[in-house]
Amino acid sequence: MNAISLMNWVDVGHTSDIPHQGARRIETDMGAIAVFCTVDHEYYAVMDKCPHKGGPLSEGIVHGRSIACPLHNWSISLQSGEAQGVDAGKGCAPPVPLKVENGQIFLSLPV
Amino acid sequence: MTPETASKERIVVIGAGMAGGRIVEEILKRKDSLFEISIIGAESLPTYDRIQLSPVLAGEKTFDQIVTHSQDWYDANGVKTHFGYWVQSVDRALKEVVLHDGQRIPYDKLILAMGSDPIRLPLPGADLHGVVAFRDLHDVDAMQAAAERGGEAVVIGGGLLGLEAAYGLAKRGMKATVIHLVDVLMERQLDEAAGRLLEKALLDRGVISVLNAQSEAILGETHVEGLRLKDGRVIPASLLVMAVGIRPHVEPAKSAGLVVERGIVVDDQMRTSDPDIFAVGECAQHRGQCYGLVAPIWEMCRTLADVLTAKNPDSAYLGTSLATRLKVSGVDLYSAGQFGGGEGCEDIVFRDPGRGVYKRIVIKDDRLVGTVLFGEAGDGGWYFDLMKKAESVAGIRDTLIFGQAVTHALAGQDPSDAVAAWPDATEVCGCNGVTKGQVVASICAGHTTLDGLRGACKASASCGSCTGIVESLLKVTLGDSFKAQTGPKSICKCTEHGHAVVRKAIIDLELKTIPDVMQALKWQTPDGCSSCRPALNYYLLCAWPRDYHDDPRSRFVNERNHANIQKDGTYSVVPRMWGGVTSAKELRAIADVVDKFDVPMVKVTGGQRLDLFGIKKQDLPAVWADLNAAGMVSGHAYAKALRTVKTCVGSEWCRFGTQDSTGLGIKLEQATWGSYMPHKFKMAVSGCPRNCAEATIKDFGVICVDSGYELHVGGNAGIHLRGTELLTKVATEAEALEWSMAFVQLYREDAWYLERTAPWIERVGLQFVKDGLAEPEMRAVLVARFLESQAVYQIDPWAEHAPKSEPAKVFSPMADLRNGVSQDQLKECAQ
Repeated sequence: MNAISLMNWVDVGHTSDIPHQGARRIETDMGAIAVFCTVDHEYYAVMDKCPHKGGPLSEGIVHGRSIACPLHNWSISLQSGEAQGVDAGKGCAPPVPLKVENGQIFLSLPV
Repeated sequence: MTPETASKERIVVIGAGMAGGRIVEEILKRKDSLFEISIIGAESLPTYDRIQLSPVLAGEKTFDQIVTHSQDWYDANGVKTHFGYWVQSVDRALKEVVLHDGQRIPYDKLILAMGSDPIRLPLPGADLHGVVAFRDLHDVDAMQAAAERGGEAVVIGGGLLGLEAAYGLAKRGMKATVIHLVDVLMERQLDEAAGRLLEKALLDRGVISVLNAQSEAILGETHVEGLRLKDGRVIPASLLVMAVGIRPHVEPAKSAGLVVERGIVVDDQMRTSDPDIFAVGECAQHRGQCYGLVAPIWEMCRTLADVLTAKNPDSAYLGTSLATRLKVSGVDLYSAGQFGGGEGCEDIVFRDPGRGVYKRIVIKDDRLVGTVLFGEAGDGGWYFDLMKKAESVAGIRDTLIFGQAVTHALAGQDPSDAVAAWPDATEVCGCNGVTKGQVVASICAGHTTLDGLRGACKASASCGSCTGIVESLLKVTLGDSFKAQTGPKSICKCTEHGHAVVRKAIIDLELKTIPDVMQALKWQTPDGCSSCRPALNYYLLCAWPRDYHDDPRSRFVNERNHANIQKDGTYSVVPRMWGGVTSAKELRAIADVVDKFDVPMVKVTGGQRLDLFGIKKQDLPAVWADLNAAGMVSGHAYAKALRTVKTCVGSEWCRFGTQDSTGLGIKLEQATWGSYMPHKFKMAVSGCPRNCAEATIKDFGVICVDSGYELHVGGNAGIHLRGTELLTKVATEAEALEWSMAFVQLYREDAWYLERTAPWIERVGLQFVKDGLAEPEMRAVLVARFLESQAVYQIDPWAEHAPKSEPAKVFSPMADLRNGVSQDQLKECAQ
């Protein structure tokens, strides 16, 4: 996903498809993307792969603007995708640009 | 005269490691306007605490947390830095240091703090890729990168550094093996008994020790592939770490013509053979001794700073007695002084192999001269202090081995009183040279926590062996207000409250939702974290089974998806087989599921059930439906709940069986399945004392005997093996069932979340459990509350839970954009 490739906003579903404080998975050719809904009904998307051992972040516990990986409990920022706390600086689950319009969720994906 | 820069004496420090950083700090602390200081460091990094690299490797700390003197700190103190430069030579005639780029830095006083280099064994293959030392951040980076690729690591050297390296690599997922030349690990710090315990403790953490092993050659083409030993054994390795020792770094002192033996020779004021050149730290040799630990560095720096600033020109360094503490999480190990004994020495040894505790103190002429502590090292600082004071211990000799608390208690003293009586000038922290007076002053200035004190006055901030004394000072100085912060540990960083406080508040204040608890107890985060939310969810459903609505978003993935997540993101599923009994119909249904969903593995579990591995999340609802259709329900193998009841065949088939153990097992399982608990819970029923169902390592175990049933509790075959303790003996099956439910409910209501029965009983004591269940009325109340909860929660999540908690559709992806969709996008762009 570099700046030169064409990006496009893709409609992936409605906000009501995502459980409050939960996540859903979007399958793509680049790998799965996890779309999250936080306690304050903010929506974020990151690649669904923990930088530590590849755990599915979409299955973690959402807290604040972070997700706890279900395999080994790394805490990942939903905004930057960066590992936090004691694991800070050790890896990143790349964030995917996301916007919400009229309740529909759009992800910016390469075409 | 005005204090112009030109008039200041110029001090140049070579080396920006722990010694270099510290000597600058010590000089500034004494007089900050007297000198113009420059520091030269070959690493292009600020000064960091090299002994903390082990926690960085193990992933327990980050680099930023171990920086002691940052670039900003040097800038703020007017110290000129030359990081990333190394010294080509020292021109003693012109009094100039020549850097590698030809730059010349003039000095009036030169301080050599160049540290040491790791020794690299001249083995064949030592230049292969993947062979590293364990010395600086680059080594740690290389080791971390290797660990990410996984595989096998070999560490040559079973000393402090080698073991910490091996532990760090094992913790990062590598298979780690330590090769050691002699037959005891850390033989310079440990005696044989402690060495064996350490070997065992490391093995439990995934580190294999190969002792009495001499390395012969490193194998591989371009990258290391293995290590061959003299005896012909080959140990595969994708990473090889040499941690066999250090050699004082003596260039360029040697080429400048200073007297150098093993290290740069210095006198008691750290002066080399040139009166304007000094040396401190690992590169120095003092009274024939070179040191590789931190405490001597700090002492040398203090002495030299006293001399240079003329604060105390006669200050002298007289050598350091050494104490060592291993930085491997969960392994408590301390060694100091002449632990091995010797002529005229007497040993006192305390050994409790059951708890993995070994202590040895060595006494000579009624004075303590050495100690090795393993398993319980909290008294290390106290022993070390007694050693340094060199006072007679004859009066406390008979209790000495039991440590400070016992010794002082038997002498009628509060341990804190002894500390309270110390004069202010007594040194508390040997590493950082902090006196009791300075610690107390910092406490009075408002630094009232251990961490706060470490930051403020550096006491207990290096090796940590004085932590106990520092805590005593906190207690003495703060009195009752200290007790508040040493209460039970908080659940997590979101709150200051411990589990007990939260559970009590939920009942007393009738809190019935997670947000209510967080609001009432002033949680510091908007919605908690992955530690506290699952705990609160459990406490609430235990307290209010009828009113509380379970929150799946505060449950770990396994309980949310009703299956066990595996390392590749697939799940495993265990159908319940009551008491371990199955039938042709059930086996056929399982076999059909295996075929239909391409299940790659079926395994018999330790609890006598069948586990189906490798099931995709989106297939879970269909798998459950098929298993349900054959009459099977979830085995809750994923839940903090009753897992299984293991049985033997008992009197029905076995010639020794005294009661129907299989039948009782089935009844127990039918009564208790589906009950959520603080942690997983396992039961077993053995038909006779031969104990084929291994009931004595279960949370609740029944041993059938001729006259009835022995009920056992608190067994655990987990990380720490623990046998059960006998709770009571009953005559009938009905009583065994009643006691089991009462026990489960007591555990549910009293234990902390994620506390299994074994640590719970160790915390509250078996007597608490016996007292809580002794009276028939008490048991009846507990059973009633248990049954009330079961009325709500004894449901099969496979049949009901998915549609109840969240729509089954969430088990499938929300959208699938593979193939097709991106083509559509292309078309849109083209139009």
